[in-house]
Amino acid sequence: MGEIVVRTEEISKVYSMGEQRVDALKRVSLSVEKGDFVAIMGASGSGKSTFMNIIGCLDVPTSGTYLLEGENVQGFSGSAQAEVRNKKIGFVFQGFNLLARTSAVENVELPLIYGRFPASLRREKALSALALVGLADRAGHTSKQLSGGQQQRVAIARALVNEPAIILADEPTGNLDSITSVEIMAIFQKLNRQGSTIIMVTHEPEIAAFTKRNVVFRDGRVISDTPVARQADAEQARGRM
Amino acid sequence: MIEFLLSLKIALRALRINKMRSFLTMLGIIIGIAAVIAMVAIGSGASKIISDQIASVGSNILLVLPGSRTSGGLRMGHGSTPTLTHDDAKAIAAECPSVSFAAPVVRGAAQVVYGNMNWSTSIMGVTPDYFSVRDWRAVTGRIIGHSDVEGATKNCLIGRTVAENLFGAEDPVGKIVRVKKLPFMVVGVMDGKGRSPQGGDQDDILFVPLTTAQRKLFGSQFPGSVGSIMIQARSEEELSRAQNQVDALLYQRHRIGPGRETDYTVRNLTELLDVAEQSSKAMSLLLGAVASISLIVGGIGIMNIMLVSVTERTREIGIRMAIGAKKQDILLQFLTEAVLLTFIGGIIGMVVGIGGAKLVSVFFDWPTLISFQAIIMAFGFSGAIGVFFGFYPARKAALLNPIDALRYE
Ligand SMILES: Nc1ncnc2c1ncn2[C@@H]1O[C@H](COP(=O)(O)OP(=O)(O)OP(=O)(O)O)[C@@H](O)[C@H]1O
Ligand SMILES: [Mg+2]
Repeated sequence: MGEIVVRTEEISKVYSMGEQRVDALKRVSLSVEKGDFVAIMGASGSGKSTFMNIIGCLDVPTSGTYLLEGENVQGFSGSAQAEVRNKKIGFVFQGFNLLARTSAVENVELPLIYGRFPASLRREKALSALALVGLADRAGHTSKQLSGGQQQRVAIARALVNEPAIILADEPTGNLDSITSVEIMAIFQKLNRQGSTIIMVTHEPEIAAFTKRNVVFRDGRVISDTPVARQADAEQARGRM
Repeated sequence: MIEFLLSLKIALRALRINKMRSFLTMLGIIIGIAAVIAMVAIGSGASKIISDQIASVGSNILLVLPGSRTSGGLRMGHGSTPTLTHDDAKAIAAECPSVSFAAPVVRGAAQVVYGNMNWSTSIMGVTPDYFSVRDWRAVTGRIIGHSDVEGATKNCLIGRTVAENLFGAEDPVGKIVRVKKLPFMVVGVMDGKGRSPQGGDQDDILFVPLTTAQRKLFGSQFPGSVGSIMIQARSEEELSRAQNQVDALLYQRHRIGPGRETDYTVRNLTELLDVAEQSSKAMSLLLGAVASISLIVGGIGIMNIMLVSVTERTREIGIRMAIGAKKQDILLQFLTEAVLLTFIGGIIGMVVGIGGAKLVSVFFDWPTLISFQAIIMAFGFSGAIGVFFGFYPARKAALLNPIDALRYE
């Protein structure tokens, strides 16, 4: 057994809006080992994003405990949580969420800036992260000058530049066509082979097939958690397309 | 906190995105700071000239004017009723021990003609003592002497401006000019004095003997009367004693009884300059009020735009927070932006203010002085406005919930 990076113990999330109560998560217990590659699936509204936000320290559960690398991060102060997000978590969003009018390399530098990296190191690290996602030659381009797939690759570079404990991606291929989606998955697989732990949300079983483990949510509960029998190779799949 | 230079760069980029909006937002600050700078420049220019004047004229000068203190008001120059005489001046010089000189003066204005050139200027009828009191010398020729006064000669002495305008490069000494059709011989040209505290050209003047002015140029129904008497005390310390002595002597000579108003006023020059200074202070205060209102309105404008900007950039704030920006980082980012906005406004305002002050000094012939303190103050002020009015919007940004901010469309 590898070392456990993410561990939730019966976490629940309740949204109450006046009279109405929404149980977005119901006593979810899940562990993710270092080096794992998890796809979270489930119908719309089943609580996938809520779960990701809690894992990503953007939100806190109503009850239950969440341990990140063995640490109970819920109890942290606001700025300590910001630091956890900065150092241990890399986010990739469906809508890319790059800063407008800012070059690719400057976007990738952002986590390093908030991580107080010395300026001399930042550019170097950002450029090598861009090289890792195959965008070394687009460093000076702003998001307007990049395709959707390229923007998402910049976002992935931004997520991994700080060498986080875990990369969280909420529907990273949701806005992309199938070819580009597979290309993005190829990058994730490469990162995963190099040791990154990745949790991603997806609606598409074909995308989930590129991961190592599929977790299905329904109505705020985990209804199945199965290893992928034969992980598809995105690089090969791309070649066949 | 992230590095200062980096925050500046981020803030500058944000401001550049909406150049026109940023500029319009700054306008209030620009106007306010420009008003402050111009106001201080104009005000301190005047008071510098005034204090220079006190230093050059000497702080031991008294002025006797006709008319009582109340009816005479604060007028400088000759009074309305011709009650002072040449004999008063002579008596003051002779009988007041603390007085070193008493110089009676008659003033007027006329056209001065030389050949086909003519120039209208101020005419002053004086005795030689006048030049001692003013510490004023002739650069060429001589000044008006006692014999000129006794003989009411038609000799005159001209200021540099008059010499330049009538004679150009020619030497005026010995030439004949005409004043009110009477021929006068120029016996000397005065040294340049420059501007007076009121801004007038002191060199635009022609001196004649007092008696000549009284009898031949500005004939009055009160023969022997003078417009004013300028008095020099023996020293600054003796000034108030001299003032009392002159007051007592004139009280007696003019037969003022108890309870009656005097028909003359004795003033010292510093008193007069105080009046001038006070009115310039009142002016400064008024301009200061206008400037502060403009700065406050400008500050509110900045707050408003910053609030709009925070709302517009909610998503950006969410991204930054998800990536690891702390509340302080966001707070500082927006605060830097607001301060930069006011700072740039302050710099532009400073340039406009200095330019405005220069324009005033050129077009209204009013001296201005740009002070270092005013510039520092303007900077401090604009910075403070940025912090004060930028804080609320910045705090609003910092307190955003990252998830809500990320979801914001
Ligand atoms: N801020 C909120 N306030 C109230 N209810 C919320 C909030 N966020 C989520 N919910 C509710 O919680 C439930 C789970 O939402 P969540 O966003 O986690 O679903 P999801 O699985 O990510 O769906 P999708 O696939 O559409 O993204 C939904 O019923 C949703 O309406
Ligand atoms: Mg979702």
